[in-house]
Amino acid sequence: MAKIIVVTSGKGGVGKTTSSAAIATGLALAGHKTVVIDFDVGLRNLDLIMGCERRVVYDFVNVINKEATLNQALIKDKRTNNLYILPASQTRDKDALTMEGVQKVLDDLSKDYDFIICDSPAGIEQGAQMALYFADEAIVVTNPEVSSVRDSDRILGILQSKSMRAEKGQSVKEHLLLTRYNPERVATAEMLSVADVEEILAVPLLGVIPESEAVLKASNQGAPVILDTESNAGKAYSDAVKRLLGEEVPHRFLDVEKKGFFKRLLGGK
Amino acid sequence: MGIFDYLLKKGKPNTAAVAKERLQIIVAHERRKRSQPDYLPMMQQEILEVIRKYVHIADDDVSVQLENSEDCSVLELNITLPEK
Ligand SMILES: Nc1ncnc2c1ncn2[C@@H]1O[C@H](COP(=O)(O)OP(=O)(O)O)[C@@H](O)[C@H]1O
Ligand SMILES: [Mg+2]
Repeated sequence: MAKIIVVTSGKGGVGKTTSSAAIATGLALAGHKTVVIDFDVGLRNLDLIMGCERRVVYDFVNVINKEATLNQALIKDKRTNNLYILPASQTRDKDALTMEGVQKVLDDLSKDYDFIICDSPAGIEQGAQMALYFADEAIVVTNPEVSSVRDSDRILGILQSKSMRAEKGQSVKEHLLLTRYNPERVATAEMLSVADVEEILAVPLLGVIPESEAVLKASNQGAPVILDTESNAGKAYSDAVKRLLGEEVPHRFLDVEKKGFFKRLLGGK
Repeated sequence: MGIFDYLLKKGKPNTAAVAKERLQIIVAHERRKRSQPDYLPMMQQEILEVIRKYVHIADDDVSVQLENSEDCSVLELNITLPEK
């Protein structure tokens, strides 16, 4: 039986796809057979972030419509063992997913995989609700910014009332993933701190991913940022994956990095 | 005292604190609304109509809130009547 984890946020552009790609890769690197599903029908992007865009033949909607089998649509990752991608369709509209269809695909995948990561579309409507409905756990991706925090709280409300687990009187395990964190701006009181967001949302903290140039570089190259083991963002995602697997790992990159004398003199970052 | 505390003391506005306070208020408000039953807005409307048979009041002069405690729920009704 696979564990189904949705990566969700309400707000768009906060780092769901970046995080889905990184976390799925991290789980696979740790030896768990993992599949990451793009639920953003019509706005496929996970394929680009995973670097498999030219290998997409069939997609999630084809499988639901029985135009292809699951095995035909799944793409085996070239870099990382144990990792598979189920791309979204680029052309269909968002109503192409049906609850029964999604359930069948998840049930079939559950037999073979340890983890199923669902990359949710933005919003709190049908598409996002479909992505979270069957989840056992939820990673709520949040930026330290007012509209993102508010939308995260709304998606938490949906997890607690409209997910399958909620309907059965159970709960979805929630994790807060704070991304695009900028310690410098927190230090000058221009940005909400980790503690502020934790206090408002009251969800256990899975990780804090710093704002990092490595993320853009990774997306340019189509290699999930967790593979950039030198970068702070990559390290922070690795830590988050360890925590997801139950390890206790201290949080890093929360404070302003102390610059060396020469760097400071030159104003470098 | 770190350099940043010094800068803050120097009177740079602490916008993060403003953000936090606004969020706490709106999130608490939205959570309360979420936990209320679906019939509440309709009921509020009907209560408003009944009162309007006798006195003229505006829409926001009636507030209805359901507070859930351990073993019972309390429906709190606040009606502001116009001054004579
Ligand atoms: N930690 C980060 N540092 C810098 N840029 C980031 C970070 N996380 C995400 N981004 C950028 O933010 C944008 C949106 O990210 P994406 O993962 O596509 O968000 P979503 O899937 O929530 O819409 C992308 O351009 C991505 O490169
Ligand atoms: Mg996305």
